[in-house]
Amino acid sequence: MENSRRSFLKLAGISALGLGTKPVLNAFASEEHKAEIQKKPEALKAKRWAMVIDTRKFESEEDLKPIVEACHKIHNVPEHTTKRHEIDWIWIDEFKHVFTNQEHEFVDDRVKYLPFLVLCNHCENPACVRVCPTKATFQRDDGIVLMDFHRCIGCRFCMAACPYGSRSFNFRDPRPFIKEENKEFPTRMRGVVEKCNFCAERLAVGKKPACVEASNGAIAFGDLYDSDSEVRELLKNNYTIRRKLELGAGPAIYYIV
Amino acid sequence: MNDKNKIIIGLILFFVFMTLPFWYNMGKAAPVPETKLTEKAKLAKECVKPKEVMRAEHMQLLDTWRDSVVRDADRVYINEKGKKFGMSLSTGDDSCMGCHSNKADFCDKCHNYASVREYCWDCHIEPPEPPKEKK
Repeated sequence: MENSRRSFLKLAGISALGLGTKPVLNAFASEEHKAEIQKKPEALKAKRWAMVIDTRKFESEEDLKPIVEACHKIHNVPEHTTKRHEIDWIWIDEFKHVFTNQEHEFVDDRVKYLPFLVLCNHCENPACVRVCPTKATFQRDDGIVLMDFHRCIGCRFCMAACPYGSRSFNFRDPRPFIKEENKEFPTRMRGVVEKCNFCAERLAVGKKPACVEASNGAIAFGDLYDSDSEVRELLKNNYTIRRKLELGAGPAIYYIV
Repeated sequence: MNDKNKIIIGLILFFVFMTLPFWYNMGKAAPVPETKLTEKAKLAKECVKPKEVMRAEHMQLLDTWRDSVVRDADRVYINEKGKKFGMSLSTGDDSCMGCHSNKADFCDKCHNYASVREYCWDCHIEPPEPPKEKK
């Protein structure tokens, strides 16, 4: 067979053309369906979630306890009898501990003795996220500071970094201390940090956080960047305070006092 | 130089003694367990992906699902055939355990056989065992 440059180039050209069509044919072949991952259609979405707590609607601890209970029950938060093992996602404290920078000798009596609800502030600049060595704690696009319990190694850097004391550590196996397990939500294990998750699992199925639901309208929840939202309406018409603003963390929990 | 026989006998004894566990357990290997499917799983015929893929790669699937749910709040998986699944291990009827509600027969059998201790159930709550079917 004669081997000329001409015939070689012809053959090479045809081969190249053949190779070029393969990806095209593949694309046609696989056009049927590709596996897809989606959000649930009913999921609540926002640019930045925020909460406004109207403390004028609370009088005593009795008004707040059902809210704390509702949260702890659905999230399988254990009830330890030993104080130093205590785990809280949301809890009750007094003015001088909550607003350390605004407390003074002559604070009015109502505020002085009023119980306040405290929880994770879901900060704009969360210190806990910066210090987490495994990225177990992270900030979602909608502002929620969330934990991936699978990845937490229990180093507790986040607990040291959080200026609000919002985090608790499981020194013991929490399972025996959970009175009634909610089957829809996992528990934690020993050696893991936990905190409020702004009810991310409820937002994903279109429900508002449990504390908001249990508060009879005293707690509002909504999008801070949506000027028509419930929280913006409240912020516009009421004077609100936030915790330890001077630290620059940018907390997303507002209190009407 | 006259201990040749003793040495050989010693070597044979040593060899037999060292390999004794193998002789002792010969032919007694536990059979490869068969996973049992629930009625619901049998009816569904196919899982998220084909059976062979699920068998070999369910851990990778669970891992990517976990990241997707926890980090992006994306909780619905639509497979190649257009069927929807809740991306959850144990919550809801369309989750993994919603269909495979027989943990002891479905998960534990193989994991025990392969001596793989999965730590899912340290936190996730096990589905209640279904009533025992007659054998």
